[in-house]
Amino acid sequence: MNLIMQCAVLFGFLAAGEMIVWLTSVPVPSSIIGMILLAASLQSGRLRLNQVEQFADFLTRNLGFFFVPAGVGVIRCLGLIADQWVPIVMATVVSTFIIIAVTGWTHQWSRRTAKRFRRHG
Amino acid sequence: MDEFFANPYFLIALTFGVYLFASRLRRRFGLSLMNPILISVILLVAFLSTSGVSYESYCEGGKYIEFWLKPAVVALGVPLYRQLSTIRKQLMPLLVAELAGCVAGLVSVVAIAELFGATREVIMSLAPKAVTTPIAMEISTALGGNPSLTAAVVVCTGIFGSMAGFSMVRMSRIRSSMAGSLSIGTASHAVGTAAAMERGGERFGAFSSLGLTLNGLFTALLAPVILPLLGY
Repeated sequence: MNLIMQCAVLFGFLAAGEMIVWLTSVPVPSSIIGMILLAASLQSGRLRLNQVEQFADFLTRNLGFFFVPAGVGVIRCLGLIADQWVPIVMATVVSTFIIIAVTGWTHQWSRRTAKRFRRHG
Repeated sequence: MDEFFANPYFLIALTFGVYLFASRLRRRFGLSLMNPILISVILLVAFLSTSGVSYESYCEGGKYIEFWLKPAVVALGVPLYRQLSTIRKQLMPLLVAELAGCVAGLVSVVAIAELFGATREVIMSLAPKAVTTPIAMEISTALGGNPSLTAAVVVCTGIFGSMAGFSMVRMSRIRSSMAGSLSIGTASHAVGTAAAMERGGERFGAFSSLGLTLNGLFTALLAPVILPLLGY
């Protein structure tokens, strides 16, 4: 399917997200709303996978690249980081570990509980 | 020559070139320490500091790359759709896990930063670090943090999660691959998701992007409620 068309679809969903944020001022970024709308339209069958797939896969496979300029922004706060690197590093490392452990455990535990519930209930 | 270095098209080309080089380096040596984002950021920061090109000039080019972050997050709707039937079967477990992960993340980051003596500005900048840049920067601004510190910490968290996330999953004895990729997306947003997709394919990527979406939503909604409870 034509790439311009695929681009139009993706930006259409992003623009829809922007409009929803503008209308309702929900504290959720437009891109997340666009993502949910895109998945919902595909699910409802109003949008076909081949109308976005190729371009969407290109973007998601290279997601990391688009983060580089934001990362270079570190240059602006090197002073602040030099002053407080211990709390920054500790909080980042330990809390990342805590999030991974808590999310994973809770997911496994609640799936098991849900299964048991279904079996007995 | 120094003036030419500030040319936005040159800086865009340089960013592409550096990233390609960093990706090659990793393919060649295969070390997870050689995260292409990390290597690119280090090389570009080194280039800016030695050439004297200001960050503002870099942004004149960089903003066109950063621009694609939003459409790329929208594009994550595709892997999300492909796994929708699996997700629907376990909606409750997913929501419960995300809620727990989000609260644990916010509380732990604030508690640890405070314990090690961070200032209020830094604590507020660190609070939304697990979620993707556009969300995190908005939350940070709303809380009174420093959005550029937040952006840097968010990218570092992502890189760290994509490098160490899989070992952390193993260390915490999470056996289900769904739970593992969900946690990586929750803790290290789109950068972790990219790593999950690279390593485990579509299914891992979908659960990971679900983690980043739900944590983004929950953090945006809960941070303004939880932080006052913690005394901020």
